[in-house]
Amino acid sequence: MDSRSSSLSDLGVDDLRGNDERVDRIMNKYEPVIGLEVHVELNTKSKMFCRCSADYFGKEPNTHTCPVCLGLPGALPYINEQAINDCIKIGLALNCKISKISLFERKNYFYPDLPKGYQISQYRWPLCVNGWINVEGKDGEEVKIRINRAHQEEDTGKLTHKGADTLIDFNRSGVPLVEIVTEPDFRDVAEIRDYAKKLQQLFRYLGVSNADMERGDMRLEANVSVRPEGTEGLPNYRVELKNINSFRFMVAAVEYEIKRQTEAHDAGEKLSLETRGWDEDKKCTYLQRSKEEAHDYRYFPEPDLREIRIDTSDVEKLQVQLPELPRVKGNRFEEKYSLSKQQAVILTESRQLAAFFEEAVKDGKDHGLEAKTVANYIINRKINIKEVLPAQVVIEIRDRGMGVIEDLGELEKMAKEAVEENPRVVEDYQKGKKTAIQALIGSVMKKSQGKAEPEKIKKILERLLK
Amino acid sequence: MRKPKIIGFFDSKKVARLANLPLTSEEEEKYSEQLSKILDYIEQLNKVDTKDVEPTFNVSGQANVMRKDTMDVCLPQEDALSNAPQKKNAVPARLAAKRAVRQGFFVTKGVFKV
Amino acid sequence: MDITGLTLAETLKALKNKEFSLEELNKAYFVRIDKYNTELNAYLNINRGNSKIPAAIKDVISTRGIPTTAASKILEGFIPPYDATVIGKLTEQGIGVIGKTNCDEFAMGSSGENSAFGPTKNPWDLNKVPGGSSSGSAAAVSADLCVFALGSDTGGSIRQPASLCGIVGLKPTYGRVSRYGLMAMASSLDQIGPITKSVEDATLVLDWISGSDGYDSNVSKKFTYSEDKLKSGVKGLKVGVPKEYFAVPAGRQGGGLDPKIKKVIEEAIKKLEELGAEIVEVSLPHSKYALAAYYIIVPSEVSSNMARYDGIRFGLGRENIGAEVKRRIMLGTFALSSGYYDEYYTKAARIRTLVKQDFEKAFDPSTGSGVDVIVGPVSPTTAWNIGEKIDDPLTMYLQDVYTISANLAGIPGLSVPCGFAHAPDGAGLLPVGLQILGKQWDEETILRVGYAYEQSTDWRKEKPSLSSRTCPP
Repeated sequence: MDSRSSSLSDLGVDDLRGNDERVDRIMNKYEPVIGLEVHVELNTKSKMFCRCSADYFGKEPNTHTCPVCLGLPGALPYINEQAINDCIKIGLALNCKISKISLFERKNYFYPDLPKGYQISQYRWPLCVNGWINVEGKDGEEVKIRINRAHQEEDTGKLTHKGADTLIDFNRSGVPLVEIVTEPDFRDVAEIRDYAKKLQQLFRYLGVSNADMERGDMRLEANVSVRPEGTEGLPNYRVELKNINSFRFMVAAVEYEIKRQTEAHDAGEKLSLETRGWDEDKKCTYLQRSKEEAHDYRYFPEPDLREIRIDTSDVEKLQVQLPELPRVKGNRFEEKYSLSKQQAVILTESRQLAAFFEEAVKDGKDHGLEAKTVANYIINRKINIKEVLPAQVVIEIRDRGMGVIEDLGELEKMAKEAVEENPRVVEDYQKGKKTAIQALIGSVMKKSQGKAEPEKIKKILERLLK
Repeated sequence: MRKPKIIGFFDSKKVARLANLPLTSEEEEKYSEQLSKILDYIEQLNKVDTKDVEPTFNVSGQANVMRKDTMDVCLPQEDALSNAPQKKNAVPARLAAKRAVRQGFFVTKGVFKV
Repeated sequence: MDITGLTLAETLKALKNKEFSLEELNKAYFVRIDKYNTELNAYLNINRGNSKIPAAIKDVISTRGIPTTAASKILEGFIPPYDATVIGKLTEQGIGVIGKTNCDEFAMGSSGENSAFGPTKNPWDLNKVPGGSSSGSAAAVSADLCVFALGSDTGGSIRQPASLCGIVGLKPTYGRVSRYGLMAMASSLDQIGPITKSVEDATLVLDWISGSDGYDSNVSKKFTYSEDKLKSGVKGLKVGVPKEYFAVPAGRQGGGLDPKIKKVIEEAIKKLEELGAEIVEVSLPHSKYALAAYYIIVPSEVSSNMARYDGIRFGLGRENIGAEVKRRIMLGTFALSSGYYDEYYTKAARIRTLVKQDFEKAFDPSTGSGVDVIVGPVSPTTAWNIGEKIDDPLTMYLQDVYTISANLAGIPGLSVPCGFAHAPDGAGLLPVGLQILGKQWDEETILRVGYAYEQSTDWRKEKPSLSSRTCPP
């Protein structure tokens, strides 16, 4: 940031501002049209089509294989029922319609991490179709993202490049994957962020995956194109962003692509179907494959597997197994416990935390504690629910005296004390180190024995220190 | 089969690439000829009206053949690697510190992500 | 005692009665193998350590610790780290693998000439092919180099060599026997089955190898051997004879039912009538399209099943794949490719439905003639000279015209010896097989008909000369 300020003055502020204006102008002429594909690894005990352990992470190479997932001659796949159920649950949680008949198909292509020379996947007859999910847009508005499909497939082996060689480990080969494809309904990177966050939460709620992006449990691919703002039809091209192994880089790549494509359109360039990756060093996307080399996967129904027939009662059985999902739970918390939306969202972040909270509330009732008090305490103190029991938390609250300090006068008094007692911190803050305020908030929290609400304290301090 | 029968509509080169088959140019020509002849024979299927006929992809007549999520013993690493033509072998101890090469992998010549 | 001339049933009885030991049994077979295998080239690999009842296993079936090559250069030296399900099941019965037999490469062929390790010879005339693709297994049984053998049948590869070698071959109903461990050719048609010296032997082996194993999703019902049912005769059974099978004009190059074979088959059918069966003409109107559909579906599945042979985890590079296999991979890749899938693969799959329905109608009393079995020729010709048909693949494909429909429909088929006919080139008499087809899951009836026919004739008593000149019986 600072280096840019100096170059601004070097170049002459007007020029650059002119550039920004130009970019802004054309950015407003075009809107992004983005679809996402998410692959999530299920946490079943065994693999998708064989009985090898699916817990491959960190294991010695090629120690979790068998003739099936190694693709040896003569081996045959056999469907893991748990994986199918998990996929259907994901579909139900995404409001999908569950297909009455579903088939596996072979996706044929050659690559060293694909032992059979084809991946058993789904194409024409996916398990789940036509769902939706609401995500938060950049201005906090609700955006509906349509889910085209959620289907089942198997994972490939893992490649490591060592000099002129490529090393292959098939431990991961055959692990169950669910692929979720959206319609190109995303218009902003904020929506993408929220979608990824919500999906991850959903998978954890359902208990079907850890959905840990660092470990590769959850992978994201984006299809990015732009079109003139206000138009309706889909652009006649799209750029696939693939093989980007961190969410941060994916977001950077999407932002970069939006800008690149917008500028290209404006310059009258024609864009075509491409696959691009992200170069973190150069901070740009680069071409991996163009349309001419697009794969012909020659899909056909997998003859080694039987069709899956799902009737209404099967779906109902799985529907009742679904836990209360985050949004529903959050709404219920708001209503039942008189919480703010923000508090409800925090407390329903995971099923474990939500359950802990409700347990503590139940217990707290016996001690005359309000749900709101318990909520604040858990949130503000960032209670580690793995280390304490709900009953213990209730005791803690009770011991500190009940409730929350609402009196602004009292809060202001403590805030002033904190400011007086910490001149160095105040100095840092006023010099521009905004994070220094945390130390002051902490001091007030100590003084109030945790009964103050940090948000309120922060506002008071900011006012005092202006 | 309404595709126009242009000469050599069976494109040996393209199909061989898709099939990952290394063919000599002689083979390409020979197969083009032989396979075009076979495809001619197959043309007779056009005489049959199958408009209202469902395709049969499998005749075993079952559905929902699935197993419970139970684990079984895997192949020992040795067995898994036993037929590999090339695998990274254990590096002699004195070199191990210098090269991070581990045994247990299959090896192929370098491929880069596509 | 002619130990190696005994059937499986006779061998089991003799062992039980301690007429000879397992050691003596194996020794007797090794003596014959050492004497004749070099010439016949029936075995690619001989397991000298075998101490159980010796069975010959087609080299597309995985045997742990024993090289399994599919008769291809690409798998030369490949040693599977696991056994096929059928091997495990045979082991439980006290059966051992005496050797792996030669075949057409990856089971693709009708003569045994597509092997990368040289063709197998027909024990009845060493200049002639034994048929394929289970060429080695058929030759081994015919020449008494094993007690029985296992083969695989995708379009006739058990029935046709059995017929050309004068022995019994059974293709079970699709889904009867697990394919786990069978190097896949066409997944929706392949079945492993017995090649034996007698119909009773085939019935026994089928019992042993059939049934679910938790590894092949397409397998469901086990077959249970019942001596009573096997030996209950044909009185009251309706035997269908498809008019289309005999209508193929003779003498046309690359096709046509040899009139000498037609005569032998007609006599066999007459015999069934004498035994008390009712002979009924049936129609399988889509027969003539079955071959074309077969040669789209099979190569399509082949092209995908062969993709795993990339030389990374096992085997050599793909340039080591033989010509016929390469051809089918090319044809299949084409038929599945973008723009052609509906026209070829799906179209063929619809024809498959029609072929299947033809059989269902013929077997159904309410819609058709309600026959119990359907009989006819296995092969349009007797064994031909090695090298004669190899230049034109289409000519070879037309050899399968009678057998492929059963694979498309998934129904069981049996080949039993029913006589001899002079070779087209006039040289000596060669075996002819009668094909008996049954309803899905009804191996019992086809074996019953086969047994009754077999026991009422002496064809099984003929043994091959193992010379270059066929002796008249």
